[in-house]
Amino acid sequence: MPYLGSEDIVKELKKALCNPHIQADRPRYRNVIQKVIRHMTQGVDVSSVFMEMVKASATVDIVQKKLVYLYMCTYAPLKPDLALLAINTLCKDCSDPNPMVRGLALRSMCSLRMPGVQEYIQQPILNGLRDKASYVRRVAVLGCAKMYNLHGDSEVDGALVNELYSLLRDQDPIVVVNCLRALEEILKQEGGVVINKPIAHHLLNRMPDLDQWGQAEVLGFLLRYQPRSEEELFAILNLLDSSLQSSSPAVVMAATKLFLILAKEFPHVQTDVLVRVKGPLLAACSSESRELCFAALCHVRRILRSLPGHFSSHYKKFFCSYSEPHYIKLQKVEVLCELVNDENVQQVLEELRDYCTDVSADLAQAAIFAIGGIARTYTDQCVQILTELLVLRQEHITSAVVQTFRNLVWLCPQCTEAICQALPGCEESIQDSEGKQALIWLLGVHGETIPNAPYVLEDFVENVKAETFPGVKMELLTALLRLFLSRPAECQDMLGRLLYYCIEEEKDMAIRDRGLFYYRLLLTGIDEVKQILCSPKSDPSLGLLEDQAERPVNSWASEFNTLVPMYSKACWAAISSLQVSEPRGPEPSGTGVLSPSGSLISENKAELQPLSDSGSFLLVPNGQLTAEQFEKTWLSLEVAHQEVLPWQGVAHPDTIQTALQMVNIQTIALSKAGVQPWKAYLSAQDGSGCVFLTELLLDPEHLQVRLSVKQSHVKAEALNSFISVLKTVIGTIVDIKS
Amino acid sequence: MISQLFILSSKGDPLIYKDFRGDCGGSDVAEIFYRKVTELPGDQPPVVMVHHKGHHFVHIRHFGLYLVVTTSGGVSPFIVLELLSRLATLLSDYCGSLSEKTLSLNVALVYELLDEVLDYGYIQTTSTEMLRNFIQTEAVVSKPFNLFELSSVGLFGAETQQSKVAPSSAASRPVLTGRSDQSHKNEVFLDVVERLSVLIGSNGSLLKVDVQGEIRLKSFLPSCSEMRLGLTEEFCVGKSELRGYGPGVRVDEVSFHGSVRLDEFESHRILRLQPPQGELTIMRYQLSDDLPSPLPFRLFPSVQWDRGSGRLQVYLKLRCDLPPKSQALHVKLHLPLPRGVASLSQDLSSPEQKAELGEGVLRWDLPRVQGGSQLCGLFQMDVPGLPDPPSPAPPLGLGPASLSFELPRYTCSGLQVRFLRLTAPGTPGNTSPHTWVRHLSHSDTYVIRI
Repeated sequence: MPYLGSEDIVKELKKALCNPHIQADRPRYRNVIQKVIRHMTQGVDVSSVFMEMVKASATVDIVQKKLVYLYMCTYAPLKPDLALLAINTLCKDCSDPNPMVRGLALRSMCSLRMPGVQEYIQQPILNGLRDKASYVRRVAVLGCAKMYNLHGDSEVDGALVNELYSLLRDQDPIVVVNCLRALEEILKQEGGVVINKPIAHHLLNRMPDLDQWGQAEVLGFLLRYQPRSEEELFAILNLLDSSLQSSSPAVVMAATKLFLILAKEFPHVQTDVLVRVKGPLLAACSSESRELCFAALCHVRRILRSLPGHFSSHYKKFFCSYSEPHYIKLQKVEVLCELVNDENVQQVLEELRDYCTDVSADLAQAAIFAIGGIARTYTDQCVQILTELLVLRQEHITSAVVQTFRNLVWLCPQCTEAICQALPGCEESIQDSEGKQALIWLLGVHGETIPNAPYVLEDFVENVKAETFPGVKMELLTALLRLFLSRPAECQDMLGRLLYYCIEEEKDMAIRDRGLFYYRLLLTGIDEVKQILCSPKSDPSLGLLEDQAERPVNSWASEFNTLVPMYSKACWAAISSLQVSEPRGPEPSGTGVLSPSGSLISENKAELQPLSDSGSFLLVPNGQLTAEQFEKTWLSLEVAHQEVLPWQGVAHPDTIQTALQMVNIQTIALSKAGVQPWKAYLSAQDGSGCVFLTELLLDPEHLQVRLSVKQSHVKAEALNSFISVLKTVIGTIVDIKS
Repeated sequence: MISQLFILSSKGDPLIYKDFRGDCGGSDVAEIFYRKVTELPGDQPPVVMVHHKGHHFVHIRHFGLYLVVTTSGGVSPFIVLELLSRLATLLSDYCGSLSEKTLSLNVALVYELLDEVLDYGYIQTTSTEMLRNFIQTEAVVSKPFNLFELSSVGLFGAETQQSKVAPSSAASRPVLTGRSDQSHKNEVFLDVVERLSVLIGSNGSLLKVDVQGEIRLKSFLPSCSEMRLGLTEEFCVGKSELRGYGPGVRVDEVSFHGSVRLDEFESHRILRLQPPQGELTIMRYQLSDDLPSPLPFRLFPSVQWDRGSGRLQVYLKLRCDLPPKSQALHVKLHLPLPRGVASLSQDLSSPEQKAELGEGVLRWDLPRVQGGSQLCGLFQMDVPGLPDPPSPAPPLGLGPASLSFELPRYTCSGLQVRFLRLTAPGTPGNTSPHTWVRHLSHSDTYVIRI
């Protein structure tokens, strides 16, 4: 933030620092130095007084020394040559009789982030490690890590590492923890500090001496230790039992994570632990610190995913308070939605209904979607509440309710009738794109049971020119065509108008193409239209299962007490995908929390669209497999699947090749048209790297095609998805021909 | 592991900035952070935000200030958040209070503190006791503490009548006052503070009661003397335990600070500890659902909504169910109103009350409500241009009413401190320390649906 006049300020400071009168007057001198620091904080570049500050470091006044060292550490990278001048004073201070001065000098010297400082700091650090004052030893231990990181890619000094390992036995608890931290950084390349049995037990014994921060961090390091036997495991857990009752949430959480990870083979222990931390977690959820409360809520959600009933009896703790910030309310609504059971459903729904009319549109919509989530289990009550909300005729409420209805019709077909009855009248109070799309979809799919459906759609058709959202137009086209199939008389005229508009006037290419497609489809005959539009959908119960499946504790235990639960799923997926593309930062990879887990990503995809007919299986364009490689792999694998499909006529290689290319299936080799027997070899690869090799064999009568699929990794699910993709393609080719 | 730590004013000016590791960009991070946090879309939580390349911002807000750290991904959110709030306490311990002004007055002190608390981004120590050996700068207090100048305002602004009560700002001064100033050193402040969150349904049924209590100690005692703290003898924990005769004082859960010794707790409800200098939460407790005493306030609203003329009439009757000797202070009632409310005419039961419209909210201020009394207000408002709902229900946007108040010398759970005794090791010449014990309940959220 360099603002005007900063040059004058710096000049003035320089003058003041040089003034011998001020230098003689200690409080005044210190005051000027404070001023320099203040400007530094504000972002003014005061590096040009470096020389004067170096002079100021030669003083007996400790406060002044501290300020000057702070200044030097900030600007040393900019002025490395001048900073070397200060080294002398620092080195002298490192052998000061006062341990505080020694520590201060050593810490500052190690924090000078500039090249060439290593040779000066090495000896003072080694001396510091053997200092009799624990304060200096603490500083020296971390100084080792600083020195190593300054060096960059230098060799790890074995003697130093050994010395640090032996300092783990130091009397001072902070020195012990600092040793762990320093070793972790120095041995980063080799996977961090090694926790073997003696170290682990030593640390466990030192636990009571540590303060809360030390405890929390040591618990994190202990995650790395794998007990040799079951007895040892339970002995450790017994020792750590008191940590679960600590008054510091950080320690409780770290202990919980350790329990969950160590006891990964013992689900009942894990459940037990989660019961034990219920109290501390709930206390954190109603803590005065909003941020802590938020962190706790995020973790509660993780736990609920594995143990849905875990907090059910405490549902009242998750009721929103009036004064809470928005982000906490949204989290609480999510939690409420997940802990519903038979006993509390009534109260929770009443509470949520109250939020639906909240002044904040975001909270209102979140509450409506939450009721929609509960409706999967308690359909009737929820649909009734949602229907009542429509009476209010509020824009954001109606829109959210209709969107919820759309999902509900899909997931719980039994409520279709009630929803269809509630729909008339909604169209007047929906303005946003999402809401309109949902309404139009509902009218299109269930138009036969809604008396005025054609007239509502007609309104949309009338106003299509003024419609700004392309998504709405797209949905309108499909819905109207669907409705035309069930109620042709009322829809024919407006369908014509809409198609005319889309083909002749619409500027958006996607809509125009869709219009043209439907137009041509209609030309081929009504049966084809029916086949395309009313084709069987994927099983709705699948989406439900994927969404609500209980996840084992072990699936998230490694993410517990990290930043991962604090981000929303989508947000985290975005972050981790960023991290895939660029090389990982220098953070320790020991716990592996940052590596994007496959489950997160695939789960995200599955959640994207409960309505899309295709699943989450995706083929990716793979690196070209040469014919030789193909042959080799083909011969080495077993046939995973064989099937015979109907076929008609002669095979046209070009058509087949193009069609397969569209779904990312590569053609390796195929026979010329008309050759007997006609053969084709295909290869494809899915997102997880699984390769599928396929042989197509056409029988001489051209009535059947036999396909044999081989798979590089045995994955039944992926295989099924691949075969269904292949079948669709072949089916399409056959259809085009006939 | 923390890369940077900075404190921003509510307007985004950097007050304190310290880079521990130099791996996370320059001092413009403060600007980047402020831009991010202010431009965040409404539905995204601000606590944790992505910085870049695997670095994250974690922050807390404390009295309008942003305390922010940038950290790499593998860190525990609880450690960071706890550290930040501990830091806020530390800073107010050392600077007297935590605000933009005190921070800029004490820049040197704050940097000195940070230097000792964190080294290379690792937490070293946060105990006030240990740190004071290393801190050399003396705090600059924005307003010198003077016992005689202060008005008779009690804890949290509560008015006091007894002269024996310490002024509210008595506790908000640096723990380490200058070595010359010995006069106020031997003081101990003990607060029993309860936060009350209540939700009352529109039919008057009690949906939720939650009491979060804590016993806070702020000690200015220089040396380690032992403190014995006696709680109400009928105090019991959990649903099953019962002590003494009569109703007793019951809480659901209690947690104590690590330094509290509990050997006499079972038998006599006495806590023993050696109070360190500075602030310390000795005990936290929770109580939900059944309170021993009736709720402090009941609200009886009635709403009349005349659709034709667009006139909304709200009649509020507030009954205070405290014992007659107690009183509630600074009672404020907020009632959100439908959009577009234009005028307000009011009829209040006593002259010291005040009511006004502001930003779609009706505010009704009652400076003082005596236990057992009943107050009422009649409010008439014009609501033009409200789309009439076909149902006779009151229009959207009305309610729920929320109350905020303070109840000095009253605890909802009934917990009291019986005695507070200090056994100082022989420090001849020093007068025995002053001990101030205060009880207070205040509303966290007190919502009544209409």
